[in-house]
Amino acid sequence: MSEASRPLVTARPDDTGIAARIEGSAIGDTVYRWLITAFALCIPILLVFIALEVGTAAWPALERFGLGFLTSSEWDPPHNMFGAAPAIYGTIVSSILALVIATPLALGVAIFLSEFAPAWLRQPVAFLVDLLAAIPSVVYGLWGIFVLLPLLRQHVMPFLAGLPGLGRLPLFQGPAYGSSMLAAGLILAIMILPYISAVSREVLMAVPRSQREAALALGATKWETIADAVVPYARSGIVGGIILGLGRALGETMAVTMLIGNVHQISASLFAPGYTMASLIANEFAEATGDLHVSALMAVGAVLFVVTLIVNAIARWLVWRVSREARV
Amino acid sequence: MTLPGGTSRVSVSTAGPGDRGRRKRPSGVQRAAAERARTTLGRRRAMNVLMVGVTFGAAIVATLPLVFILAHLVREGASSIDLAFFTELPKPAGEEGGGMANAMVGTLVLILAASAFGLPIGIGAGMYLAENKGTILANVVRFLSDVLNGLPSIVMGIFAWQFLVRPMGKFTALAGGIALGAMMIPLVTRTTEEMIRIVPVSLREAALALGYSRWRTSLVVVLRTALPGIVTGALVAVSRIAGETAPLLFTVLGNQFWSTSLTEPVAALPLQIFTFAISPYDAQHALAWAGALVLIGIVLVISLAARFATRSRFGRGGD
Repeated sequence: MSEASRPLVTARPDDTGIAARIEGSAIGDTVYRWLITAFALCIPILLVFIALEVGTAAWPALERFGLGFLTSSEWDPPHNMFGAAPAIYGTIVSSILALVIATPLALGVAIFLSEFAPAWLRQPVAFLVDLLAAIPSVVYGLWGIFVLLPLLRQHVMPFLAGLPGLGRLPLFQGPAYGSSMLAAGLILAIMILPYISAVSREVLMAVPRSQREAALALGATKWETIADAVVPYARSGIVGGIILGLGRALGETMAVTMLIGNVHQISASLFAPGYTMASLIANEFAEATGDLHVSALMAVGAVLFVVTLIVNAIARWLVWRVSREARV
Repeated sequence: MTLPGGTSRVSVSTAGPGDRGRRKRPSGVQRAAAERARTTLGRRRAMNVLMVGVTFGAAIVATLPLVFILAHLVREGASSIDLAFFTELPKPAGEEGGGMANAMVGTLVLILAASAFGLPIGIGAGMYLAENKGTILANVVRFLSDVLNGLPSIVMGIFAWQFLVRPMGKFTALAGGIALGAMMIPLVTRTTEEMIRIVPVSLREAALALGYSRWRTSLVVVLRTALPGIVTGALVAVSRIAGETAPLLFTVLGNQFWSTSLTEPVAALPLQIFTFAISPYDAQHALAWAGALVLIGIVLVISLAARFATRSRFGRGGD
C-alpha cells in the first residue's frame, strides 16, 4: 500500500536525484512566477505613485483656487494669483490646429500605404514616416526657431492675412512675429502625423480580406472598395489613432515651448503668441518664486495628467476594439 | 468620417459590421441611390485614379518635413562637427569654439541609469504579459502600460522633481535617470511581449517535453530565442529617451563642467541643444545644430539597425 502511494519517480533508490530536481523546479517555478508578476505589478504601482506625487504637490493650489484655477486667466506670481485658463486654451487650440492639419495627411498616407502602394514602396515610405516620430522634440524646436518661424513671418502669415475674405477672419489678425499658436500647431501637426498614420495603417491592414474581396467582386473600383468597405470597417480604430495623436499633441513640450511665444493671453488670432500647459511648466518651473507658484505649476501638470490619461484610455479602447473584432 | 466621392454602390450590399454607421442614416442610402443613377463607369474610374494621386501626394507631403529637417541639420551642423566638438567643454557664452563632450558623457550616464531602472521592469513585465495572455491582471497591466506610454514627458519630469529633487534638496542625474527609465518601461514591455510571443510554441513544448522545468524553459529557451529582438527593442527605447529634454529640465538641470556622478547635476545633449538654441549667440546656435545632428545620427543609426535586425531575423519588417 505504502509502496503504491509513493510518487512514481522515487520508486527506485537511484532516482532520488530526479525527485529532488522536480521538487526544486516546483520551487523555481513559483519563484519565477512571483518575480515576473512583481515586475508586471510595477507598472500599475508606478502610475499610481506618479499620480499621488503630482496630486499631493498640486493640492495646495487646487485647494486655494478650486475650480477657478481652470477658468481664471490671471497668472500673477508676485501676488500669488494663479489661473490656468490661457494655458488650457492654448493647449486645446494648438492641438486642434495640429489635428486639423495632420489628420487628412495621415489618413492619405495610411490609405496609400495599406491599399494603393506597390509592395516595394510600402516598407520604405512607412519607415520614413515612422522616422518622424523618432526625431527628438528639441530638434523640431531648433528647426522651428531657425526655419519655420522666419518662413511663417515672411511668407505664410502675410499670405494668410492677404487672402481675400479669409484674411478678414479674426484668426489671421495682428502682427506677424512668427512665434505663435500657428507655429505651435504646425510643428505639432508634423510631430503627431506618424502616430495617426501608423495606427490607421495598422487598423486598415487588420480589415479582413473578405471585406475587400466582396466589394471588388460586386464591381467596385479600388477607391470605392476603400471608401465604402474598408474605411467604415476600420472607422473606430482610425478615430482611436486620431485621439492618440491628440494625446501626443496635448502633452508635447519642448518644440511647443520654443515656438509658441510663452505669453499668458487668450487671443482669437492664430498669429498671437500663447501658452500651453506643458510649455507653461517647462518655462516657469525652474524659476518658480514661491511654494504656491510651484504648487500651481504642479496643478497644471495634474490637469495635463488627467486629460492625457482620459484621452489615451479612450484611444486605446477604440483601437483595441477594432483589432479584437478583426481577430475574431 | 465621410470621405469625399464615396459612391455608396457597395456599402448597401456588403452589410458588414462596419456598416453600422451607414445604416443609421437613411439619407445616405437615398443619396447613394441618386448617385448610382448618375454615376458612369468613366467617372468612377477617374475618381479612383484621382484618389490614388491624392493619397500618393499625401505620402510625399508627409515625408517632406523629414527631408527638410535632415537636409537643414546637415547643412548647418556638419561644419561645426570637429574633434573639439567631441572632446571639449562648452565655451562661455559669446566665445567661439568649444564642444559638447560633457553633454555626451552626461547623456550616456543618464541612459545607463534609465536602463538600470527601466529594462528589468520592462522585460519582466513583458515576460509576464506574454505568458499570461488572457488574465485580468495582464489586461490591466497592458492597458496601463499603454497609458504610461502616453503620459507627457513633462509630467514625468515634475514627478521626478517632487519625488527626488525636492526631498534631496538638489538636482541630480539620478532623478533624470528615474524619469527617463519610467518612460522606457512601457516601450520595453511592449517589444518584449511581442518578441516572446513570436517564439514558436513548439520550442517551448520541446523543452518541457525534455523535462525542463517551466522557469528554465522560459529563461533558457524562450527568452534566449527572443533575446536579439528584445535587445533591439531596448535599443529603440534608448534611442527614444536619448533625445528627451522635458523630463531633464528640472531634474538634472545641466552642467557646464564634467560630471558623471549620479548625485550631482549633469549635462545632457538634448538639454544643451535647447539651451544653445534659445541663446542669442551665433556660435552657440552652430553648436546646437551640430549637437542636433549628432543626436539625430544616433537615433537614426539605432532605428535603421533595429529595422534590419528584426527584418532579417523574423522575415518581416518590425515597426
